[in-house]
Amino acid sequence: MTKWSTKSLSGWGRYPVIQAQCARPSDRDETISIVQDAPSPLISHGMGRSYGDAALLEDGKVILTRNLNHMLAFDEANGLLTCEAGVTLEEIINTFLPRGFFPPVVPGTQFVTIGGAIGCNIHGKNHHHDGCFGDHVTKMELLLANGDVVTVSPTEHKELFWATIGGMGLTGVILNATIKLTPVKSGEIDVETIRVENLDHFFEVSAESADFTHVVSWIDTVATGKNMGRGVFMRGRYSNSTATSESGGVDRLASAIGKLANGKSFNSNLLLNRFTVRAFNEAYFRKEKKGCVKSMTNYKPFFFPLDAVANWNYIYGPRGFLQYQFVVPSRDAVREALKLVSSSKEASFLSVIKEFGDKDHGGLSFPQKGITLAMDFPNTGKPLFKLFEKLDQLVLEAGGRIYLGKDARLPSKHVAAMYSDLDTWKDTRKKYDPNGLFASDLARRLDLL
Amino acid sequence: MNVLILGATSPIAQAVAHEYASHKHDIFVACRKQERADEIASDLVLRHDVRALGAAFDATNLDAHADFIAHVEEEFGPIDVALVAFGDMGQQEESQQDISAARKIIDVNYTGAVSLCEAIAEHMLTRKSGSILGISSVAGDRGRQSNYIYGSAKGAFTLYLQGLRNRCFPNGVHVLTAKLGFVDTRMTEGLDTKIPIASPEQVGRALYNAQQGKKDVLYYPRFWAGIMGVIKAIPEGLFKRLKL
Ligand SMILES: Cc1cc2nc3c(=O)[nH]c(=O)nc-3n(C[C@H](O)[C@H](O)[C@H](O)COP(=O)(O)OP(=O)(O)OC[C@H]3O[C@@H](n4cnc5c(N)ncnc54)[C@H](O)[C@@H]3O)c2cc1C
Ligand SMILES: NC(=O)c1ccc[n+]([C@@H]2O[C@H](COP(=O)([O-])OP(=O)(O)OC[C@H]3O[C@@H](n4cnc5c(N)ncnc54)[C@H](OP(=O)(O)O)[C@@H]3O)[C@@H](O)[C@H]2O)c1
Repeated sequence: MTKWSTKSLSGWGRYPVIQAQCARPSDRDETISIVQDAPSPLISHGMGRSYGDAALLEDGKVILTRNLNHMLAFDEANGLLTCEAGVTLEEIINTFLPRGFFPPVVPGTQFVTIGGAIGCNIHGKNHHHDGCFGDHVTKMELLLANGDVVTVSPTEHKELFWATIGGMGLTGVILNATIKLTPVKSGEIDVETIRVENLDHFFEVSAESADFTHVVSWIDTVATGKNMGRGVFMRGRYSNSTATSESGGVDRLASAIGKLANGKSFNSNLLLNRFTVRAFNEAYFRKEKKGCVKSMTNYKPFFFPLDAVANWNYIYGPRGFLQYQFVVPSRDAVREALKLVSSSKEASFLSVIKEFGDKDHGGLSFPQKGITLAMDFPNTGKPLFKLFEKLDQLVLEAGGRIYLGKDARLPSKHVAAMYSDLDTWKDTRKKYDPNGLFASDLARRLDLL
Repeated sequence: MNVLILGATSPIAQAVAHEYASHKHDIFVACRKQERADEIASDLVLRHDVRALGAAFDATNLDAHADFIAHVEEEFGPIDVALVAFGDMGQQEESQQDISAARKIIDVNYTGAVSLCEAIAEHMLTRKSGSILGISSVAGDRGRQSNYIYGSAKGAFTLYLQGLRNRCFPNGVHVLTAKLGFVDTRMTEGLDTKIPIASPEQVGRALYNAQQGKKDVLYYPRFWAGIMGVIKAIPEGLFKRLKL
């Protein structure tokens, strides 16, 4: 029998924090009986690395999927791994990198589950090259609201398959999935780091980097004038070399944050403000040599620099923080957004910018062709929300959208305009869950059901 | 080594299995459902590249135990380490009112455990080698009103393991009694412990080390040895008045 207990739960941004009834089913049968017995709404929750309220449900029940963590089969010839949805990317890397395989798409942290990677249809530094996580899922077993388990794939129940990819946990509980891993020669990345002096320079370098599989850039969103959009651009490919990079360690950014966070909870909201962020950005930018520096870097600092610092989300103080990540088709909109942010009193401590390729999955999947900018802001309350409203307007007018996996506050009136495929997605969802058994605080806030 | 895990769906049992597999030992996992045993075995094979097999058993099906262990020995090879991890905490109140509920707790935690340990010991004793790791509980150290049905079954198991150790020691078979405090599994879900709770992985490592070091009794987390020392020292005249 499943035991439920009340836990305090939040996403990575620690805003909002809710009290929720939680259970940790230990196998598929228990998960199925939870759904069959459920009188109240349910949502799946993996590692809780989405930032806002996507994996939260205030007065329903939350299924913690972490104990559904068995690897079930591996077809080495084709790199096809079948595993339960609570397995994390970290576990996959630890198990399969020694055998020459890496997850096809990874986000900025390896502490996410397969269920979460599919639920948010995550993108990585290789979006322009390899698309989203969902492009590498060949099939899933999905537990539906009526308690049935169906196999969905690009050929079987195709519509439901694509509604579940990026479906924010709202079509059912993913029990397991088959993923095509990428063959690699080593866990090292050949990296080129380029200091970019401003936004135009960023676009120039980005255009020249199309044949690198992995591309991302840190951007200083505080700098104004001729420095606006300056940053540090990184591009790389899996190395063919069998040597290993020496550091085995933490890159500069992580070590800087490590010093700030040190695994502790900060009881001040004042640590990160306009002035400290400006000073940090200045120092970080200045430390980078002009021009292009080549190096070989281990996958950890390259893909997951912040994972070296446990609980870095605590540096933002007890009110937590919010990420604003959008994608817009035009460069001008990015420039406008930077102007808005750099002239506001809010300071984004960590910001990254990247150009997406043209893979767009529809539904609630975030990536579309254009430029994506992600900014982390300490939660200053009203003033921050005001800035976000202005950004919403800008994104809407530019024909862009914001990433629901990072969102905690978008007003529902904007969703349909941002996600043009929303009605089709809703119809599919309703067909399989007419009574809205699967729900989340995000879904309620945005009226997605 | 060949390691047999009984009660493999328990997170503690799986942590022990992973610990041994990470040291390249082969694993045979057994739990009530064949499908689950197969999943756990595939997971061990994939993560650690060891040999792992799975089968179904029920701790309360006493008549089948001797054959089951013989079957494991035949299919898997001589058992070098056996973990008895299954258990059932039941519900104290329910088992006060309904003897069949109390009976189930006793049957799983005590009778079933004894039956399987005997079957395993027989094979190990003929070979004069092997380790039996029994998971008992600090709840078995002293009877308390809040869980004395479970506590007494675990207490009986502790006593049983003590006797078994006494019998096995001269014949080269090692017996470990693991008295666990709070561990983060479904058994403690929702329990407001106020006392630090161990992760299954920590327990897995501690059990592995205790087996390697041929320890007799392990309290884990270790501070429970101190807590239970104090609790056991309270005179009964006083203890019976406490609300524990
Ligand atoms: C430091 C950091 C960097 C990040 N970088 C990126 C990035 O580069 N790109 C990117 O795309 N994202 C990024 N993210 C976001 C993160 O990758 C996603 O939010 C991911 O979904 C988190 O996985 P999780 O297991 O924590 O899922 P959760 O946060 O627990 O859940 C996320 C969503 O998936 C659903 N879900 C979870 N499990 C299941 C299941 N079994 N069945 C059905 N639905 C399920 C939930 O209901 C929820 O809607 C980053 C996050 C952090 C903290
Ligand atoms: N968690 C703690 O704080 C704690 C403290 C002290 C001691 N312990 C002991 O640690 C052991 C593992 O428990 P846990 O905490 O990991 O909890 P758990 O997940 O509930 O594990 C109990 C296990 O016992 C199995 N089981 C129950 N009845 C059985 C039967 N008739 N036949 C075969 N298997 C049966 C269960 O299998 P199914 O999956 O088939 O139900 C399950 O694998 C138990 O002996 C428990 O008493 C735990």
